[in-house]
Amino acid sequence: MSQYFTLDGQSIPFAEGQTILQAAQQAGVFIPHLCYHPEFKPHGSCKLCTVKVNGRHTASCTMRAVAGMTVESDTEEINAERRALTQMLFVEGNHFCPSCEKSGNCQLQATAYHLGMMSPHFDHFFPNRPVDASHPDVLLDFNRCILCSLCVRASRDVDGKNVFALSGRGIGTHLIVNAKSGRLADTDFTLSDKAAQVCPVGVILKKRQGFAVPIGERRYDKAPIGAPVETTEGR
Amino acid sequence: MTTKKLKVATTSLAGCFGCHMSFLDIDERLFTLLEHIEFDRSPLTDIKTVSPDCDIGIIEGGLCNAENVHVLRDFRKNCKVLIAIGACAINGGLPAQRNHLSLPTILEEVYHTSPGLSNGLIPNDPELPLPLNKVHPIHEVVEVDYFIPGCPPSGDAIWKVLTDLLAGRQPELGHGLMHYD
Repeated sequence: MSQYFTLDGQSIPFAEGQTILQAAQQAGVFIPHLCYHPEFKPHGSCKLCTVKVNGRHTASCTMRAVAGMTVESDTEEINAERRALTQMLFVEGNHFCPSCEKSGNCQLQATAYHLGMMSPHFDHFFPNRPVDASHPDVLLDFNRCILCSLCVRASRDVDGKNVFALSGRGIGTHLIVNAKSGRLADTDFTLSDKAAQVCPVGVILKKRQGFAVPIGERRYDKAPIGAPVETTEGR
Repeated sequence: MTTKKLKVATTSLAGCFGCHMSFLDIDERLFTLLEHIEFDRSPLTDIKTVSPDCDIGIIEGGLCNAENVHVLRDFRKNCKVLIAIGACAINGGLPAQRNHLSLPTILEEVYHTSPGLSNGLIPNDPELPLPLNKVHPIHEVVEVDYFIPGCPPSGDAIWKVLTDLLAGRQPELGHGLMHYD
């Protein structure tokens, strides 16, 4: 038997143990997110999926659904907060979409479009983050890292290799490669690793395929993120 | 009778004029636009100074030298509404790709140590504007009212924002017009 909670006035069925985000996705309702991926344990760090449950803010990727709860998501207030978070992600790194191979296939960019982000609003950090081009098949461009930890989780939990980790704390947090040299070439990372497939932005890039699909004909050029929803059931 | 036309000034700072080219891509709609606006200072008119009663200022490009900052402040002072157009004005864009390098290092390499340079001197004519240590988007220096993202934004995106503004609506770019690339 399904139980139900209310999301923006709509009744959403859920199974015991499902999170709000999982149940919403199953019902075909999009909640913006970056660090959540259905195949991995939630990380709850990007906060884009923040909703209000009975009036209180919480990450919908980590919050279990409870029968009868009232959830607000697609409201002007919450979307403004999501937009501010997205703007912070943009100014903390170096996100120059015109020169990025991932442009048009990038979840961060598509989410910013979805939220109507017309400007970065904040002052840019312009951090210095050298790229790692040491690996024969993969380029690492740390300039675009949003610390979602999906590559960390994929390499640890699926590939069993622990190639990536988040190091440092707070504003000093950064992605590192688990090798004495710090270079990807000195790990057992390969293109067939799950960790090579999950980057939502343009950090982990397969070499020699950059513009095989031209800009303007890519995934989010054709349809915006969240519509049609990545769903497991029809609406 | 017809209402007074809005005065529009435009300039390209640390930009490539690509956004101005894209502006011209509104094609014959320029004639419709000219029923509502007249151009003040702009590469399109070659007027060199901004009138003090400008209604709309459109800024392409970011800030890479002192002159860019002076021009930007002049626009802000004289325009009721300021619009940032294109990636460079909005986040520094291509010129900002130098921001992780120190300015002396760049000048050294460009004028002294690059192969093929003989007797290279770093230009220091007093008429040349001094470069800034880092390239900055314009909202980091003045208040900006509206933004049209894109590299460049399409003629349709520019048209949408301008017509929204002329009609008194909050400009909005939906899917297809909203692009950062």
